[in-house]
Amino acid sequence: MKNTYGKLGVKPFRTRGGVKAPHRKNTASCESIIMPSPKEVIIPMSQHIGAPCKVCVSVGDRVYAGTKIGEAAGFVSAPIHSSVSGTVRKISQIVLPSGSLCDAVVIESDGLDTIDPEIKAPVVDSREKFLEAVKNSGLVGLGGAGFPAHVKLNVPKDKEVDVLLINCAECEPYITTDHREVLENSWNILSGIYAIREILGIDLAIIGIEDNKPDAIKVLREIADNEKYDPEDLVRVVPLKASYPQGAEKVLIKALTNREVPEGKLPVDVGCVVMNVASVAFLGEYLKTGVPLIKKRLTVDGSAIKEPKNLVVPIGTPIKDVIEFAGGYKEDARKILMGGPMMGIALVDDSLPILKQNNAILAFGEKEAKLHEATACIRCGRCISACPMELMPTKLTDAVNKGDFSQMQKYHINSCMECGCCAFSCPAKRHLVQTIRQGKADLRAQLSKQKEGK
Amino acid sequence: MNKLFVSSSPHLKSTVTTRKIMLDVLIALVPAVIASFVLFGWQSLMLVGICVLCCVVSEYFSRIIMKRDNTVGDLSAAVTGVLLALNLPYNINPLIAAFGSVAAIVVVKQMFGGLGMNFVNPALAGRVILLVSFPSQMTSWVGTRFMGGLDAVTSATPLASEVGTYSYLDLFLGNHSGSLGETCALALLIGGAYLVIRKVISPTIPLITVGTAALMSLVLGRDPLTDVLSGGLLLGAIFMATDYVTSPITFFGKVIYAVGIGALTVLIREFADLPEGMSFAILLFNILTPLIENITVRKPFGCEKKKKEGKA
Repeated sequence: MKNTYGKLGVKPFRTRGGVKAPHRKNTASCESIIMPSPKEVIIPMSQHIGAPCKVCVSVGDRVYAGTKIGEAAGFVSAPIHSSVSGTVRKISQIVLPSGSLCDAVVIESDGLDTIDPEIKAPVVDSREKFLEAVKNSGLVGLGGAGFPAHVKLNVPKDKEVDVLLINCAECEPYITTDHREVLENSWNILSGIYAIREILGIDLAIIGIEDNKPDAIKVLREIADNEKYDPEDLVRVVPLKASYPQGAEKVLIKALTNREVPEGKLPVDVGCVVMNVASVAFLGEYLKTGVPLIKKRLTVDGSAIKEPKNLVVPIGTPIKDVIEFAGGYKEDARKILMGGPMMGIALVDDSLPILKQNNAILAFGEKEAKLHEATACIRCGRCISACPMELMPTKLTDAVNKGDFSQMQKYHINSCMECGCCAFSCPAKRHLVQTIRQGKADLRAQLSKQKEGK
Repeated sequence: MNKLFVSSSPHLKSTVTTRKIMLDVLIALVPAVIASFVLFGWQSLMLVGICVLCCVVSEYFSRIIMKRDNTVGDLSAAVTGVLLALNLPYNINPLIAAFGSVAAIVVVKQMFGGLGMNFVNPALAGRVILLVSFPSQMTSWVGTRFMGGLDAVTSATPLASEVGTYSYLDLFLGNHSGSLGETCALALLIGGAYLVIRKVISPTIPLITVGTAALMSLVLGRDPLTDVLSGGLLLGAIFMATDYVTSPITFFGKVIYAVGIGALTVLIREFADLPEGMSFAILLFNILTPLIENITVRKPFGCEKKKKEGKA
């Protein structure tokens, strides 16, 4: 069995593009603090990619922490649970950071955080039962995308998967939640990996982690390179060069296996399943306790935060409560981000709740929030050498600005994952990602219009 | 709480700006300017001053007339001024230099839309405009201060004289006749190294241009070292052919472009009745740049045929 995988999982392969974004991992040494439940949580019914959940409680109902309050509607969907014990106060509509409207259950906490007495560890003796259990846990991709985990793990019969990749790159500046996850929860990571491997019939698991976290690499190696826990050396740790975006799914697959996911295809098409390290750790713990996804580890940082720290907060906690727990604002906040500075979403106000796939809340003062004015493209080519998807961002934006759909397709606009490397490196501060995003939407609208016309 | 800024990601930008890049180019040109002062005297500094002033002022006023934002602050006009000055003989009439500067900025750059839109390098186009308008003034070279005084009669450039007239050391240090900035290879190499170290340019274009020129020179039975060290080859390869706006943005495009410039320069030197080939070679390939880019569009990630994977 040993070494049949050759070079896989020994050292990283070459990836293209990427930028040297500043790390700013100020909170790397801040042990996660468990935040007490707030007076009120607001739990939106759409915290994943796919159909929003249907509310399955009514106003006045008494719920426990872990009680299901949103039923998954459709295959690509994940149930939602109450994160506190208390009473359902109202069911209202809120505007999500993405701009879409969705139902939200507002629960007043009784401050006791009583776990639902009906919760017990799931029995997973078959693939079907395992997938059912994963679905019931409400797990979605915790790296930020929020793709329902039971859908990802339900590998189609005709696809052969031979490697499980664990994404611990954490390439976004500021965020240190995966780093803390490894330091504080390493055993659950290992048991999660074992469970997934067994159920999917995968032998090899590779953990990809950026080399700016030497203490986390050491902790992982102590487990993974230990004869006792991993006798066949099938859990391997690969330190990656610290370069943004090493943690982007396709880039990570290339770096760890040298396989390129074809345009428009999924990781399973090249035999890989990629899971975020926090998702795996949650799964490891869930299989022991049966407590669904109701808490989330978060980095709270940024120039406007008084005491940057890592927190474990109940999902649905309003952002302003979280910031208050981190000492409040040091200066007048002018920009609040959900997620990291490279791909995070700027929020309209701080009353929105924490979502499942949230891994950071960053608040910035006037200086960092200031918007740069775009000047003329000098054709320096920095966007082209920075693009990890090997696209030509300046050509793409030209095509979008002209409304030229055939050029957009010629330059593969849909391969863009909006990582932000191009706009980061542009000396003219052009709004490249914004324009490309607009172009994708325009193209989609145009194509559906053509389809209808036929 | 105040209203929050909402904008599209990324929310973090690198500290590189157009202005900083242009400032780096100006810094890289300092050794060449100093060398021209040492070799030709104070008149060289005056010419640089006149060209920079005329470029900046004409950029300022043409932007006002065209009702566009002021772009003098990005320093690109100043770069054009210095480059144009370095392409002139030291004894040229200052009025001619001023005319060249205005033509470069107004006609070649601003009339096509300003920075980023010009299809040929403004400084080079300015030089060529002067070359065809004032051919005798533009080609009456005198020697350097170390060649028997600046008042000496017109002397031929190394390209127009017999091989062996100048020693390689003289060619390398710039002790021969020629335009202000093109003679001292040492100063140009220092400037080029600075640009590469600061990551303003990649060494692709200069290396391939010079390499191709040397190879071509060898094939044609010329003296490669004299060809590389004389005329505008180094100045052109390091500072003009690498102009972002007028060179291809794709890697293979850069290769084709640089090979073309290097080869064409030597061909012009060998066969055409022109004093120098570099300006024309670069201008021609500036014009071909959009076509070269079109045939070298790169394949995005995941669009190539399946590669060998890491499985043993």
